[in-house]
Amino acid sequence: MSAGTAEATDRLLRRLAVEDFLYHEAALLDAWRLDDWLALFTEDCRYAVPATDALESDPSQALGLIDDDKDRLTGRVDRLKSAKAYREFPWSRTTRLITNVRVADAPDGSGDLDVVSNFSAHRYRKGDEQELVGVLKHRLTEVDGELRIREKRIEITNETLRPHGTVSIIL
Amino acid sequence: MLDVEDLQEAVIDDRERGLFRVKRTTMTSNEVWRLERRRIFDRCWLYIGHDSEVAEPGDFVRRKVGGRPLILVRGRDGVVRAFFNSCTHRGARVCRQDQGNAKAFQCFYHAWTFNTEGKLVGIPDKEGYAEGFDPEELALRAVPRLECYRDFWFINYNRDAESLADYLAGAKEYIDLIADQSPTGMAVLEGSHRYACNANWKLMVENSVDGYHGAPLHQTYFAFVAKHGAVDAGRLKSPDARGYSLGNGHAVVDYPSPFPRATAMWHPIFGDEAKDDIEQIKNEIYERVGPERGYRMTETSRNLFIYPNLLLLDVSGLTIRKIDPVRPDYMELTAWALIPKGETGPRLERRLDNFNLFLGPGGLATPDDIEALEACQEGFDGTAEDYSDISRGMHRDALTVDELQMRSFWREWHANVLGQEHATHDEGRREAPVEVAS
Repeated sequence: MSAGTAEATDRLLRRLAVEDFLYHEAALLDAWRLDDWLALFTEDCRYAVPATDALESDPSQALGLIDDDKDRLTGRVDRLKSAKAYREFPWSRTTRLITNVRVADAPDGSGDLDVVSNFSAHRYRKGDEQELVGVLKHRLTEVDGELRIREKRIEITNETLRPHGTVSIIL
Repeated sequence: MLDVEDLQEAVIDDRERGLFRVKRTTMTSNEVWRLERRRIFDRCWLYIGHDSEVAEPGDFVRRKVGGRPLILVRGRDGVVRAFFNSCTHRGARVCRQDQGNAKAFQCFYHAWTFNTEGKLVGIPDKEGYAEGFDPEELALRAVPRLECYRDFWFINYNRDAESLADYLAGAKEYIDLIADQSPTGMAVLEGSHRYACNANWKLMVENSVDGYHGAPLHQTYFAFVAKHGAVDAGRLKSPDARGYSLGNGHAVVDYPSPFPRATAMWHPIFGDEAKDDIEQIKNEIYERVGPERGYRMTETSRNLFIYPNLLLLDVSGLTIRKIDPVRPDYMELTAWALIPKGETGPRLERRLDNFNLFLGPGGLATPDDIEALEACQEGFDGTAEDYSDISRGMHRDALTVDELQMRSFWREWHANVLGQEHATHDEGRREAPVEVAS
């Protein structure tokens, strides 16, 4: 096997591993296995959704929709499990599609991976349909041989959250 | 068609028995919705934007106000103007971006060009028009009235409307409490929440000044904050937690804050490292405005409603919320964060964390408000002829957990749809600042 072929094979295997991870993450969310989903995140993680009219912005310095650290993300999960998050009780039915996966080394030389993918999240509840479409940006790191999420940023392509109104599910 | 008799009965205001009821058809009927457009949104002062959004010559924002597409622009001459966003030639939208800085507005259809003062300055092949054709008659159409109070710009489609300052009545003093929170002035931050709710717009007016729902509906928010340190949702029910009518339909709930406040009430959720910094913000305010207003600006929160569709919520964050009725059962909502001009770094991050925790379509509270309003609208199916009850606190000086604020709105609404300029607001009216125990 030539060096070029070996490298291509490595890249392919790496992408397959990352895709498996993303599909697993989406499946946990679709199944509302939120504790298992939360366990995919590192302790120093960040989960952020910038505003639909400021997709390039840093949600710590511009108004965004969500900017959670592990503590707040845990609060978000606890809330969704509590039956008192009324927008999501009963839970909506959701299907997430993940595609166009691209994997690169993080530029900081940490060995982490920067993963960009496209998503569409379909949500159905009380006769309403909501489709949120956009780009997922994962910073993945390896902990004890397993991929974990250090950062997840969701850039929603929809121009606004209308007519549906909220981001009540986890994207 | 809805006749005037129906409208008379739409609101029952029985002071003797202490009962206030609103007929639900007011929130389901197309006729009522059309009447509101004419008699409320075509007559009242409506918020269009904040001065900081058009700070430099050429800066513009495109906004829908009262159902009409407008441009708010600071001309190259420094003057702020509001125009209808429509080419005077054949009607196309001339401004097709939400915001930016323009040298001119050129219609892409036939390339007519308007300068930032609205004048028609460019017509391709001008020789095709007769001598009597006067470009000066074809300037961008200005909105009849545009006035500003403390950097908040409002328009009015009624040329003969009273001045904005008179219209705002007792709300002015509360706007001052917001505008004075920083020595550098206040500014709208980049990014906005553009969301919606499948319910009548008046339900969001009610919800935005409703202290009664805070504890039951938003348990999960308070539970999260409480994990980090004691939080007292009971402050909403304290005797100092009041509701006031501010005249002309404006109203406020004004209460010792149960929310941590970036300006300026420290809570463990901000972390120990923020303690000194928040104390500094507080001290600056106390020194600048004195202890009484200082206390109110730092340790009390307020939901200020400016009739008919604007909220200034000075709560876990400071937000400008604009409500746009689109259909009887659907409204659009837009919200901006208002921050001390130039704030950045950890101070801003702390402020936004606190803002987003509660507020907005991805917060721990607002989605449940949206759900509640939609549940009301669904409940109206089949009970539209019934009345909703808004009587709470009619027998006493209104508390934050009472419903005087909503009654103020509905009294003005009722007077307006009946064709009257203003209602009499003699319940719980507040004109001058009250004494606040500190």
